[in-house]
Amino acid sequence: MTAHDLRRRQVERLMFAATMLAAATTLGVLFFLLGYIAWQGATSVSWAFLTRLPAPVGEPGGGMANAIVGSGKLLLIAGLVGIPVGFLGGVYLSEYGRGPIAFSVRYAADVLNGVPSIVIGVTAYALLVVPFKHFSTLAGGVALGLMMIPVSLRTTEEFLRMVPDSLREASLALGAPRWVTIVRVVIPAAMRGILAGILLSLARVAGETAPLLFTAFGNRFWSEGWLQPTASLPVMIFTYAIAPYDDWHRQAWAGALVLLTLVLGANILARMVLVRSGGLGRSS
Amino acid sequence: METLSPVVPPRRPSVPRLAIGRTAATSLTPVLAGRGERLLGSSRRRRWADPIFRTTSLAFALTVIAMTAVIASVLFLRSAPARAAFGWGFLTSSTWDPVFEHFGVLPFVWGTLASSAIALLLALPLGLGAAICLSELLPTRWSDPAAFLIELLVAVPSVVYGLVGVFVLVPLMRNIEGILQSTLGFLPIFAGPAYGIGLLTAGILLAVMIVPFVVTISREVLLAVPRAQRDAALALGATRWETVRHVVVPYARSGILGSVFLALARALGETMAVTMVIGNRPEISASLFAPAHTMAAVLANEFTEATGDVYLAALVEVALVLFVITIVVNALARLLILTVRAPDPARV
Repeated sequence: MTAHDLRRRQVERLMFAATMLAAATTLGVLFFLLGYIAWQGATSVSWAFLTRLPAPVGEPGGGMANAIVGSGKLLLIAGLVGIPVGFLGGVYLSEYGRGPIAFSVRYAADVLNGVPSIVIGVTAYALLVVPFKHFSTLAGGVALGLMMIPVSLRTTEEFLRMVPDSLREASLALGAPRWVTIVRVVIPAAMRGILAGILLSLARVAGETAPLLFTAFGNRFWSEGWLQPTASLPVMIFTYAIAPYDDWHRQAWAGALVLLTLVLGANILARMVLVRSGGLGRSS
Repeated sequence: METLSPVVPPRRPSVPRLAIGRTAATSLTPVLAGRGERLLGSSRRRRWADPIFRTTSLAFALTVIAMTAVIASVLFLRSAPARAAFGWGFLTSSTWDPVFEHFGVLPFVWGTLASSAIALLLALPLGLGAAICLSELLPTRWSDPAAFLIELLVAVPSVVYGLVGVFVLVPLMRNIEGILQSTLGFLPIFAGPAYGIGLLTAGILLAVMIVPFVVTISREVLLAVPRAQRDAALALGATRWETVRHVVVPYARSGILGSVFLALARALGETMAVTMVIGNRPEISASLFAPAHTMAAVLANEFTEATGDVYLAALVEVALVLFVITIVVNALARLLILTVRAPDPARV
């Protein structure tokens, strides 16, 4: 082996060691992040945290029950806005989507996917906060719903496309009209994947803070109805993290643990379903 | 598969069919549909149901376009007072003075671009290195779980990154910046007091947030490089590294670039994590340690307390500038990724 070859070997070993290091660093950050949050969160989370209202400033204790419920309400509205549009839009793209209209819809979904969440918040503010003259659960939910659309649309389309055409042909050959074929044959066949996609899009918006800052705003008490400002877990974590009180910091960590468990749990569940049905495993 | 249709019981969706099967089917379906209707005799309902279903789903699909258009027009219309007051000068002025209502977007554009640039500089080598390791070095039984875990990082909410940034990264950076400043303080980029918060910290936190994007997409693109390309290089006597360096990565170049642009788009629009560690001061400073501000962060901080129409309109115009920048970056990213994913028979 010549000296030149030896050098090439050494370069190979060096560079591959560097890529290993890069991969190890990335994974290390992941484990540190999860471990640190689990540690900080677990020492702060308690039953009271999950069931009590926030305590007045300066008083220790209290919880984020209203924020957890608020996040649930926001996600409910988001789902009502995002799922029909994403689902039926996806059906259109997969079953009828050819030509310039379908191209424009896909393009618009890509644009919408790239719009910074804070900009969506500004839009929701202009459309739903200004006319009502106050912050509301509704405005926050709609902002989150807008953000759900691109992901649920594209995953629905992709999973419907994976249904073999022979199923459609068989149904049509039996005399079923196109719409019956789609509703009773194509959609049931792709249902698992579609549900997983919707779950992923819900998980994605569940952790969003920016679009809620000036739509759902925040609330230290239970929110009454749908047209009043509401607390939400991400905004509460943000507010508590930048506040100067130690007790609030601990609560922020507890909130982060709860939020992260929900979001990552939903992600893992969805991905397990996707892997088993042989689908795509990516959210973006 | 609980609610199976009585017509055809599909157990599970199987592998996607080849393009050939699809085109043949599409040419067949209209014939079959018409046939079925004629065979069964078409009632009124039967004749109208199909168009109704089609139109309904079309309407929902068009909603996506409408919503995107609404966002663009709301931003444009609501920023009218600011555009009337400052014109194009808004883009070049570095004053942000709510008291005297002089507004310019430049400090925020600077903060956004500078923090994103730092993030990319760090995330690109790290992400690409990790992607190469996962796609070229490790066997799939190791790399698949690793890739799965890294993809999970994408799902971590940005406020959680911000929380870790505030309580872990900022104290750490205060020490590191102190050391850098005492040794390299003569360079303007390392000058000034080390607060721990500032441009550099924001850039590093952003890098942590976008690395998963780069890894995930780059890995996919690298895995899409045909086996034959690698075999040919290895057969010519190249080492595995030389194969990666001179064959695999160049082949996947535009896809990797696409992943970088996607990551960039995400970094540009990132709000919560950045605003928690960047210091939120609208100044343009040569030092990496200095506090800065970004377009997304100023919206998060000042939107609810903006008094006066011009102030609010100026903030909406900031959102408009951010919107335009991210759309351009995203469009470039999609274009680059498309060039890789599009089938190119000559190269396979």
